[in-house]
Amino acid sequence: MSVMLSEKDRRMLKGEYGKAAKLAMSILVRMAEVYGAEEMMDVTLAHIDGVGLLSEAGLEFAETLATLGGRVSIPTTLNMVPLDVQQWEKWRIPEDYARKALRQIKAYINMGCIPTCTCAPYQGYLTPRFGQQIAWAESNAIVFANSVLGARTNRYGDYIDICAAITGRVPQYGLHLKPNRKGQLLLRLVDIEPAVMMNDAFYPLLGYFLGRVAGDKIPVIEGLPAQATDDQLKALGAAAASSGAVALFHAVGVTPEANTLEEAFQNDTPEQVISVHSADLAAAQTELSTAEAGAQLDAVVLGCPHFSFAEFQQLAWIIQAQEGQSVHPGVRFIVLTNQLTYSLLQRSDLIDLLTGFGVQIVLDTCVFHCPILSLEVKVVMTNSGKHAYYAPGELGVQVAFGSMADCVRSAIEGNVCRRETPWTGL
Amino acid sequence: MDRIVIGKPVLAGSAEGVALVSKEPLSLWGGLSAQTGEIIDRRHERSGAVVTGKVFVFPQGRGSSTASAILLESVKAGTAPAAIINLKVDPILALGAIVADELYHKIVPIIVVSKEDFDAIQEGDYLEIAPDGTIKICAQQRG
Repeated sequence: MSVMLSEKDRRMLKGEYGKAAKLAMSILVRMAEVYGAEEMMDVTLAHIDGVGLLSEAGLEFAETLATLGGRVSIPTTLNMVPLDVQQWEKWRIPEDYARKALRQIKAYINMGCIPTCTCAPYQGYLTPRFGQQIAWAESNAIVFANSVLGARTNRYGDYIDICAAITGRVPQYGLHLKPNRKGQLLLRLVDIEPAVMMNDAFYPLLGYFLGRVAGDKIPVIEGLPAQATDDQLKALGAAAASSGAVALFHAVGVTPEANTLEEAFQNDTPEQVISVHSADLAAAQTELSTAEAGAQLDAVVLGCPHFSFAEFQQLAWIIQAQEGQSVHPGVRFIVLTNQLTYSLLQRSDLIDLLTGFGVQIVLDTCVFHCPILSLEVKVVMTNSGKHAYYAPGELGVQVAFGSMADCVRSAIEGNVCRRETPWTGL
Repeated sequence: MDRIVIGKPVLAGSAEGVALVSKEPLSLWGGLSAQTGEIIDRRHERSGAVVTGKVFVFPQGRGSSTASAILLESVKAGTAPAAIINLKVDPILALGAIVADELYHKIVPIIVVSKEDFDAIQEGDYLEIAPDGTIKICAQQRG
């Protein structure tokens, strides 16, 4: 064994902290060898993705750890879960599926996880601090925590997340260490008008492009406006972590480890400089859409990652501008969010407006991991680069990517229509 | 003629099977069905191919952190590849294979090879993998 262990690590490995800690530490030590890490280190927050997908093996793993007496040793939040915990019957989720899903969630809650049930944990509860060493899973949360908050996590996958939460330890490797957070590629926004950058659709399209060119490298974007919102950066990161394995990006003058270009590259030079043109965004939209304009629409899905209060507000304003029109009878309009955001909505007067228009607000889960959409759904429209990227494979549907406003208009008309072309700013 | 290449075992084990080769990274979540072993990323160059029992040769994983869950489930479901050969160490894939070993005592070896050796493996070649990372490439009889 090459990795250096602390006394406590060794005792965990021997089983002195219980069988669950032993299993968790054993997986971590084997992963340390994969990483080539020389030692282990502490983490002080964890976020669990392993609860999100319901699979026979995933359920068995969670229940095994819980039965072995697993308890988290650091504050640990839960990612979205395989169903809407309180309203699954309303969404006609099969009972057999629901029973297993609830068992999986219960196993994690019994181990001490906080049932936040969201893929946007950075917008609600236990937001990591700058420089905090954390073990987060869920690709969009990882890229947000690293890039926008300046916390430090590797791309943890399902099941190592709970191992880190139980032991409070991870291999010291990768993005936990400052030198490895240095920018590698420079992306210059060349001929993109400021007005384009005000359009929300710009961010997922740029993110898709970013993931395509960066792969698993650390890109530095020059030219993003300082007033880019958390929601816009969330959309950018989620798309980049779908089309690529991006776990960290820097945006000069926007993100906390990139006050200057020099800081982003830690005074080194970029391996490569890439110009981003309007045409690249146009191409990104084409690549992200498999459904033709005019195609008959079955569903609109927003909230991937989970919608924030501000996004609901924005949606409500777009709906208000439609002068009383509502969703076409052939279309389902689903917005995914979490219980925390929903409780804020309950304090506003937005819920009546949204549901009156025809919006179905689904909590805690995701259309990829929960059978909310029926098999009859063939064409889906979304403003999410991540959703657009995965929908054809995961759901077997055709997908159209468009701005939030275009999603609303299409839902009213019952077919895919695009009036906004984000890359021209019109 | 057979050729021997020496790879680095990320997860050591013995395996053999026919090579399924792709030059494109793949995220297993959204990219592979654990129920059928089929590549379901419709944008992927090998969309529709089935990895079950094959030595799946592709550069690296990508994207979602749920990939480890898909690999674990495919081991439980019996649809997993016999082994995986990558160009770069993908920790999320390694994790899925390690948890499968801890939980089910089944090993899907993962070997990382150089670009030159990666390019030497052709679709349909028969590969024999040893625990030390040695890969024997028996070229498919062509023509």
